[in-house]
Amino acid sequence: MKNYFKYLAILALGVVSCEPELENSIEDGELYTNGSADFSNYVALGNSLTAGYADGSLYITGQQNSYPNILADKFAAVQETDGFTQPLMNDNFGGLLAGGTQIPGFDTRLVLAVGANGPFPARYRGATPTTDITNVLSGPFNNMGVPGAKSYHLVAPGYGNVAGVSAGLANPFFVRFASAANSTILDDALAQDPTFFTLWIGNNDVLGYATSGGTGTFQLGNPNFAEYGMNDITDPTAFAGLYGQLAGALAQTADGVLLTIPDVTLAPFFTTVPNNALVIDAATAGQLTAYFQAVAGVFTQVLMQQGVPQEQAVAIASQYAITFNEGPNRFLIDVPASQTNPLGFRQMTQEELLLLTIDQGALAAGYGSVEFTQEVGEVIAVLQGGGSPTQEQVGILFGAVSGIDDKDALDSEEILNIKQATGLFNDAIAATAGSLNLGLVEIDEVLGRLNNGGIAFDGGVITSDFVTGGAFSLDGIHLTPRGYAVVANEIIAEINATYGSNVPKADVGAYGTVTLSQDVQ
Amino acid sequence: MKRLLLLGLVLMATAITYAGGYRVSLQGQRGLAMGHTGVAVVNNAELAFFNPGGLVFLENKINAAVGVSAVFSDVVWQNDEFGEMARTDSPVGTPFYAYFSYKLSDKFSVGLAAYTPYGSSVEWEKDWAGSHLVNDIELAAIYVQALASYKITDNLAVGGGPIYVSGSVNFNRNLNRTLTDLDGNRSNVTVDASGVSAWGWSAGAMWKPMDSLTIGVNYRSEILVKAEDGDANFNNIPNSPLTPFENTTFDATLPLPAELTIGASYQLNEKWLFAFDYNRTFWDVYESLDVDFANPNIPDSNNPRQYEDSSIYRFGLQYTANETFTLRAGYYFDESPVQSGYFAPETPRNDSNNFTGGLTVNVSDRVAIDAAFLYSRFKEIDESYNFYQENGQNVPFEGTYKSSAFTPGLGVTIKI
Repeated sequence: MKNYFKYLAILALGVVSCEPELENSIEDGELYTNGSADFSNYVALGNSLTAGYADGSLYITGQQNSYPNILADKFAAVQETDGFTQPLMNDNFGGLLAGGTQIPGFDTRLVLAVGANGPFPARYRGATPTTDITNVLSGPFNNMGVPGAKSYHLVAPGYGNVAGVSAGLANPFFVRFASAANSTILDDALAQDPTFFTLWIGNNDVLGYATSGGTGTFQLGNPNFAEYGMNDITDPTAFAGLYGQLAGALAQTADGVLLTIPDVTLAPFFTTVPNNALVIDAATAGQLTAYFQAVAGVFTQVLMQQGVPQEQAVAIASQYAITFNEGPNRFLIDVPASQTNPLGFRQMTQEELLLLTIDQGALAAGYGSVEFTQEVGEVIAVLQGGGSPTQEQVGILFGAVSGIDDKDALDSEEILNIKQATGLFNDAIAATAGSLNLGLVEIDEVLGRLNNGGIAFDGGVITSDFVTGGAFSLDGIHLTPRGYAVVANEIIAEINATYGSNVPKADVGAYGTVTLSQDVQ
Repeated sequence: MKRLLLLGLVLMATAITYAGGYRVSLQGQRGLAMGHTGVAVVNNAELAFFNPGGLVFLENKINAAVGVSAVFSDVVWQNDEFGEMARTDSPVGTPFYAYFSYKLSDKFSVGLAAYTPYGSSVEWEKDWAGSHLVNDIELAAIYVQALASYKITDNLAVGGGPIYVSGSVNFNRNLNRTLTDLDGNRSNVTVDASGVSAWGWSAGAMWKPMDSLTIGVNYRSEILVKAEDGDANFNNIPNSPLTPFENTTFDATLPLPAELTIGASYQLNEKWLFAFDYNRTFWDVYESLDVDFANPNIPDSNNPRQYEDSSIYRFGLQYTANETFTLRAGYYFDESPVQSGYFAPETPRNDSNNFTGGLTVNVSDRVAIDAAFLYSRFKEIDESYNFYQENGQNVPFEGTYKSSAFTPGLGVTIKI
């Protein structure tokens, strides 16, 4: 009798401990193969895009949704790995402190707030930053992405030296986790003996130029990085040489994937504010056209007074007789005054771009066209009455033109510089991938798809439209978690094709986009 | 003695039971041990559930049976495309029963019954891949029933009575696949309602055309449990007019479907009894789980279920070894009411083969201990729930599921 219960109890326990098991279980490592690659110690190198930077800031959930972290998660389903560490920020607010004081230019994250005119991105003000760069984290970290890093910064000793931050010689993000003050990003990465790596660098070699509205210099033919400013474009030849060294050093012991850089002019930072947003009614159009006819007429007189022959004076001045129509018109842009364009402004051409950060209020008040005042009206009245304006009145007339500043726009020459440099950088990246037998992900092509019809997923279509498209975060340059998941899937597809593995994909619909908050005051 | 033990083990190893949807077939250890048959078995007060018509056939004046089971049920889910998996860590369910009957005369018995034929307790890892469908759910319904049983002729009796139901539900899921607050905590909602009451009835008839053969039929009515003004609590909602979720109340209706059982038992000799039951559960009533929030700014939650009527085929065997021991074994095949494409992880049930076993130990003339267990075996299945929507578009939630359930139970039978 006692025995019955004993055996019954044993049997019961035996069955209870039987958890349901699948025939081909991920847990048992039966489902996926790593092929010829070894993902056990994956190290990611790059810039903000690798760090998981989003919404104009670095914060914990952004880092958790970085494409390297997504990849590492999938690698862990394929084979046993050593884990994946990241130099996580201290909070989800973003922003950096140095010794308790906020570092200028490293503000809190952008969130989507709703105002009287609808949703708009704004800096989160519900809390102040708590991540202090003087709290150096003990690494090493698998994610070596450093926001702001250009290609040559990966081999720059002292880039993580806290003493160099205020002078702009060091990067506060790298200061947080550099192994030593004079170490380099590349050395810290190699010291981890990676078995697999990704390298996505070069974006900032052209991005600073682009986001500054092209105020920097294209350092074509100058290989001396020390002479470069923040907003300059790196010399493509020097980039190619350096990039080969970077990838070569990593590829000595590890397999990996290289990523090209996207054409930044396709990002919402440059495509959201249309250059023809000067929408006016017929009366205003007539007024503007009349104004510019007046400008052209007066300027012809001015030139002739300076001794320019009439025919030539008319030819030069006629470029200012700009016609405006009811509806959308392109803005005016300031250009350097020259012999052919002495007044230094013109209407934007179709391909020229405005930056997301342009002051929309100023645009509504006449920035980009003409700032009409009562005095301007009086001058025009004098002209229409057949009178001659005084010197002072001519000054008032011409001074009313308010062209868009260089820092707020990319003109056609600047766009050309960006595209040329990007193309040459990508040629170098592709050539390096070929010579080192590494995987190559053409992110420029992916961004092209996002811009042209989008990428379908189970919950809709991801596009590069600002706020609503799902790919780009609120800074218009960096990606959302969903955008980073798309990147991760492109890398996974390339890994599987290159190394004969079958790493599972990321479920992009499970990754979020922009974060909502009203705490922006 | 040793042979007896072996036989018991063999029977148990071949035998067990669980049921589709959120039906929990654990209404008596003796019945359960025989594949949860009993509509045509005169055994003890469990008849109050299986077939109240048979209560009057019980020999003793006073009959009581109480018992409780422990449901150890787990589910594993895996999605090969995305390399994801999750396991439930469900709390142990404890369905119980308590039956009592009193013979007023040779022809007339009355009784009382309390039992828990419906319930579900599933707890996935918080924020798992299917958390937009369910994080955890706890569903319970206690049936309390007054009964009367009347013998029309010596071999035909009928019985039945009204059922009072007290139900409760607690359900948590994330609002969608991605919404979070600033810190990345997933936005979720908990709906909670308890003490929801409803009424129903059951009735049965038992006929003994000959001494060795018993035939029974039993019907339990459909009961709609309507939760009104339950609590709906929204958590981790971002501070934004674009997400106007705030705590409110809700109305929802959960159907507890009707069940028809017909069956027979055959007493081969003094030692062996065979029983067969057929259940038809009218799940068709469960078309959609609709949660209607009181706050008009919060969109109602409509979740198509489209269950279909399902059948269960039950077989049981009883071996009376001696005056002290009775051994039982059984098997049933449980057809799931869940249709392909509607496989929601809150009740991830596909067809199952169920093996049962158990024994009774007669401690004295009046008191017996009943033990039973159920082992439910589900096939691995690739399924999806296709009716979750984002932006007006159906987003299927797919994967491979495998469930298992083991349910030991203990009870006491008293005859006076």
